[in-house]
Amino acid sequence: MLELKSIHARYGAIKALRGITLEVKEGEMVALIGVNGAGKSTTLATIAGVLRPVEGMITFLDESIAGKPPEAIARRGISLVPEGRAILASLTVEENLRLGAFIRRNHQEYLMDLEENFSLFPILKERFYQLGGTLSGGEQQQLAIARALMSHPKLLMLDEPSLGLAPLIVDQIFDLIKTLHNRGVTILLVEQNVDRTLEIVDRAYLLNTGTIQTSGSASQIRSQVDIEGVYLGDQKRD
Amino acid sequence: MLTIDFLINTISLGSLYAMLALGLVIVYGILKLVNFAYGELLMIAGYALYVLGGLNTSLPWFVIAILAVLIAAAVSYLTEMIAFRPVREKSLTAMLITSFAVSTLLQNAALLIISPRARAVPLPAIFSQSVAIAGTDIPIRNILSIITAVVLFGALSLLLKYTVLGIALRAAADDFRMTRLLGVPANLVISAAFIISGFFAGVVAIFWTGRTASVTPTIGAAPLLVAFVACVIGGMTNLLGAVVGGYLYGIIYSLLSLWLPQYLLDYREAFMFLIVILILLFRPIGLIRGNTTSERIG
Repeated sequence: MLELKSIHARYGAIKALRGITLEVKEGEMVALIGVNGAGKSTTLATIAGVLRPVEGMITFLDESIAGKPPEAIARRGISLVPEGRAILASLTVEENLRLGAFIRRNHQEYLMDLEENFSLFPILKERFYQLGGTLSGGEQQQLAIARALMSHPKLLMLDEPSLGLAPLIVDQIFDLIKTLHNRGVTILLVEQNVDRTLEIVDRAYLLNTGTIQTSGSASQIRSQVDIEGVYLGDQKRD
Repeated sequence: MLTIDFLINTISLGSLYAMLALGLVIVYGILKLVNFAYGELLMIAGYALYVLGGLNTSLPWFVIAILAVLIAAAVSYLTEMIAFRPVREKSLTAMLITSFAVSTLLQNAALLIISPRARAVPLPAIFSQSVAIAGTDIPIRNILSIITAVVLFGALSLLLKYTVLGIALRAAADDFRMTRLLGVPANLVISAAFIISGFFAGVVAIFWTGRTASVTPTIGAAPLLVAFVACVIGGMTNLLGAVVGGYLYGIIYSLLSLWLPQYLLDYREAFMFLIVILILLFRPIGLIRGNTTSERIG
């Protein structure tokens, strides 16, 4: 479904990605793990078109999307929930969700999707007319995911969905991601919470300083992570 | 001392300033660009009035005025497409300099093609008429500008609140990157912002040129400054701030005209800026705060 071939990208003078090659198949849930600054978020940003790769190929559904603007990539079915959630704070929950459905435009379907989201995220129904900025962190994360789902993405990319949330909420978020995956949504997940992530994903890539250090099934990576426990173990909180 | 005619004239002036400020801030909100070519959009509308009025068409003035406003909106859109779009991804400084270039270019075009001297614009009879309200004569022009402002602010609010484009415009002012990630084309919102901006400039131009019944190549300088200062007073981060700033500017200006002794009247602008500096000393972000993205813990 999604394929990256030796992607290089930079933030100004800093080389953030040095040859990332990875693949996500339809229906899979794949994780990118690694320490801060390994290039996980940058990889997602590059796929989503926020960052233009200097070199390399990105193919999505047999079409090259490297260098295309974010709105064009969103229209092709890739949805990114960025780190920090990026809730449109001065818009209501309703308006956030409406914009989530921007590329769909069918009002009947919009209403149906809304109902579906309410069953998944009951809190959003309660907060429907509240401003996005007045929601708590966990609520915002739910809104961000719900908003992404409104576009019926073929590939959902989540960047640190559990970051900064209370432990109880973190559980909810992980349950939710699992539910989405079981429903058939293809997911590319970036998480610092490595243990929890490896419990739910099919495969994972371990990134280090802008390159793929190793990759494999969740259990394979888990054994590696255990070996390199010192390296990956205690970097969850900053 | 605060008579009804003073009141109406002040609100009228404030309405013009508020519309000016709004047109400037709607682009700023999204691109963070102070469009220094904004004043030239008023000039364009003024010359459109002059040219269309001189063509001896049998069109009623009202139609000519609407055409002039639409031309200003169209030119605003064209400047975005031709001048700003190519440099948009480079840097904000590049855009700022581009806006100066566009401003100079349009001014010089007017100098070259038309004339450095003032040209007369057609005005309808009602612009020089007055009505008696509570015993005082009120220029109809002033009442019209108030009504226009109220109608346009209302229309814009509806657009921003109830249409998908409007929601996208507000979203873009909030977080442009995220808005694009949701599939909203950058060009769509930016073009829309420039068109609305040009529209407001055009409407104000009708009233602005109506005061002297003439247009010059440099007519845009004063309204640009007014719009900028009004935005700074009110707060650059939201549309309501711009409107409040515009009215406040009008009120302060009118009061200065009323209270300053005759020999100081020429220094009205200096006093105006003194007050602006004082406001900024106490409210550096302007009077109306933008949307703060604070988050509850939980």
